[in-house]
Amino acid sequence: MRIVLTVNGQPVNVEVDETTPLLDVLRNHLGLKGTRYGCGLEQCGTCMVLIDGEPCYACAREAGTVTGRSVTTVEGLGTPDKPHPLQRAFLEEQAGQCGYCLSGILLSAKALLDRNPNPSRAEIVAALDRHLCRCGTYTRIIAAVQRAARMGAHA
Amino acid sequence: MSDTLPLSIINNRRMDRWLAFQPADRSVRLAVGKVEIGQGVLIALSQIAAEELDVDVGRIDILSGDTDDAPDEGSTSSSQSIEVSGRSVRLVSAELRARILGRLAQRLNCAPDDLSIEDGVFLQHGNPTGHDYWSFSAPEDFAADVTGTATPKPPAQYRVVGQPVPRRDLIAKVTGAAFIHDMVRPDMLHARVLRQPSRQATLTALNEAAVRKAARGDIRIVRVGDFVAFVGADETAVQRAAVAAPAHATWAGVRPLRPEQQEAAWFRDQPADDRHFGDPPASAEGEIVSQTYSRPFVAHAAIAPSCGLAEYRDGHLSVWSHTQGVYPLRNSLADILGLRRDQVTVRHAQGAGCYGHNGADDAALDAAIVAMQMPDHCIRVQWRREEEFGFEPVSTAHMTRLRAVLGADGRPVDWTAEIWAGSHVQRPVFGGHMLAHEALPNRPGAPKANDPSEANGGGGTRNAFPLYDVPAKRVIHHLALETPVRTSSLRGLGALPNVYALECFMDELAERAGVDPVAYRLSFLSDPRARRLIETVAERCGWAARGPSATGKGLGLAWSRYKNKAAYACVAVELDVDREVTLRRVWCAADAGLVINPDGARNQLDGGIVHAASMTLKEQVTFGPDGIASLDWDAYPIMRFSEVPEIDTVIIPNPDQPTLGMGECTFGPTAAAIGNAVAHALGVRIRDMPLTRERIAAALVG
Repeated sequence: MRIVLTVNGQPVNVEVDETTPLLDVLRNHLGLKGTRYGCGLEQCGTCMVLIDGEPCYACAREAGTVTGRSVTTVEGLGTPDKPHPLQRAFLEEQAGQCGYCLSGILLSAKALLDRNPNPSRAEIVAALDRHLCRCGTYTRIIAAVQRAARMGAHA
Repeated sequence: MSDTLPLSIINNRRMDRWLAFQPADRSVRLAVGKVEIGQGVLIALSQIAAEELDVDVGRIDILSGDTDDAPDEGSTSSSQSIEVSGRSVRLVSAELRARILGRLAQRLNCAPDDLSIEDGVFLQHGNPTGHDYWSFSAPEDFAADVTGTATPKPPAQYRVVGQPVPRRDLIAKVTGAAFIHDMVRPDMLHARVLRQPSRQATLTALNEAAVRKAARGDIRIVRVGDFVAFVGADETAVQRAAVAAPAHATWAGVRPLRPEQQEAAWFRDQPADDRHFGDPPASAEGEIVSQTYSRPFVAHAAIAPSCGLAEYRDGHLSVWSHTQGVYPLRNSLADILGLRRDQVTVRHAQGAGCYGHNGADDAALDAAIVAMQMPDHCIRVQWRREEEFGFEPVSTAHMTRLRAVLGADGRPVDWTAEIWAGSHVQRPVFGGHMLAHEALPNRPGAPKANDPSEANGGGGTRNAFPLYDVPAKRVIHHLALETPVRTSSLRGLGALPNVYALECFMDELAERAGVDPVAYRLSFLSDPRARRLIETVAERCGWAARGPSATGKGLGLAWSRYKNKAAYACVAVELDVDREVTLRRVWCAADAGLVINPDGARNQLDGGIVHAASMTLKEQVTFGPDGIASLDWDAYPIMRFSEVPEIDTVIIPNPDQPTLGMGECTFGPTAAAIGNAVAHALGVRIRDMPLTRERIAAALVG
């Protein structure tokens, strides 16, 4: 079927089986590789995107359910030349080791700062707790979100 | 001097294997064999080259892990990258600089000491010469062998080394495509593999029609022996095929696993290669104390399932892999596929952190097997989550029994560590097999039990010898001839279980002697670097004000020198135990000699603490009749944001001492500090990891 949706502010339409995971649509049909496969089970958070501003796993989300919705991926935050304040904060804190978990975490952090520009540490932890980081970079990631909040990343 | 050259240079003598000047953008090509696995090695090696060449670090264009264009430096493992590759890059860069400046001095008829370099530009008495690396270097500078005779800069002159230079790979990772998983090649097809349930299992039937129906899209089924792959342009369809396939496959000769095999104690009754190291059997007299500690099988559990790309065109196989060693992988692929080594190129592409030998190489072989059957396509194999958990090599379960003969002062006069474990390293070049090789018609014989030599830090014996002043010490290692599942290297090998045993035993001996655990350690520890770390951490964590035991609140401390020759770390942990353990604060001090990039080092130290804490408190690979049963993040939980303590890490500056590998040094001390803190909180010792709610309940019932 034809799925019509908005991705990173641009209208797109793709011809796919409605049960195709949103993750596959983003990665393979739209070439947005920043949304990553980690488990396919909604357990690790590497595939996190925003759907109408809310963090959602893309790996098991059927494409048919996002018709007419607005999806934001990490490519929609900023680019290497013009990074979003959140992305800048992660770079300034060097908040990554292998970095595979970061793109999903950035989107959960974006949703958090959009609704709560000055979150406490506990609120950051609660907002990110659906994400796993096997390298154990958690404390730097928390510091990066705090730095982004100070930079006014919600603006 | 060649007998003191690092192995990396001995194996790659020509200067042009390492360095080149690229005039087009005035950059410096540095080629290395070590690869980025999230540990920040590429920026550290770039800093070393920039320092010795006197160019801005931004000019270093690093190429790593490429069997055509980069040197062979074996595997990226065992915290050896800075010690070995870093030393090589330093010697190579210093020598190239000296050689070029020597030629320039001749040309200008001046002394080499009259010349200096500023960001690659050559100056004479501080004035421009009109020459720089890019205009003046000549083929003769690169054609010669590296001799190791140039003198690198003294650390006091360092401007780039020792600075927290940011990594360059993170920008791509926080903005979009960055990993091997994200590569797109011409004529690319996606593939998934139907895994053999166990070694020696043979496929007796596969209902291909049912699999095709489940795929709901065009797929090709590639079969070579008992290896089966589903291949197609539509990744969603091949994924569906792979998910459905096991239910439509019938296997013979499956070797079921039994639950008792998942415990370390199982190894006690298995046939083993019994190895003895150290002093002859004890004759000392005194009170004998003995305790046994264990850790179960644990997984690397990379956050990204493994991925490999391969294409076979015009008789040449090109492979992209997140392997730790492109040359060993190339050699294995050539041997298995019947190709000459010069017919195979392996290039490194970044994956998720691996922490050792996981499924990376196996996914590359999967892709290569399919590529050989489907020439002129790029085959991209993506493992599934359950495949990563179910089929990657895991770290062996490991049991350590310690036995001390105590002197009149309560300190040990004789020490025996007895260890039961499977192989801690079984890379293909090291007695092990690549996964899909077991399914091919030319399948290998049984894997061979193996472990690194003592000179390389040992495997099961790693950190088994205590560094305390004990008159007689020995290690007895029962290296199991067979393991129920494939086992191979995971961060620190035997260091974590052995340091857990050693440093928990220290607290137990101190308690027996009625002495404070820190004072007890310091009473027979001569190494000044170790003493300084312990004293530093004890002060920072407020050890002197440590409360009584069995209150539910615990403070524990432990230390080790990784491999007994690499970096030192001391860790203290403050925690609460209710029904389960809640970590509150961690203090860490490390001494790694000259630190190239302190920010990267701190990242590794802190990450190692979290990783080790996760392993100590939560992790165990479980077995069921169909194989490994812990196949997702619910069955194999790891530490999360909400469980991470505050971490206070200090690096003791020691720039005049040689660099010591530090990526694994916090691993053992963290585990043991948690063990000691839990014992302090409960008043009861738990000697078997992981320290789960069930183990705590059982310990309290006693």
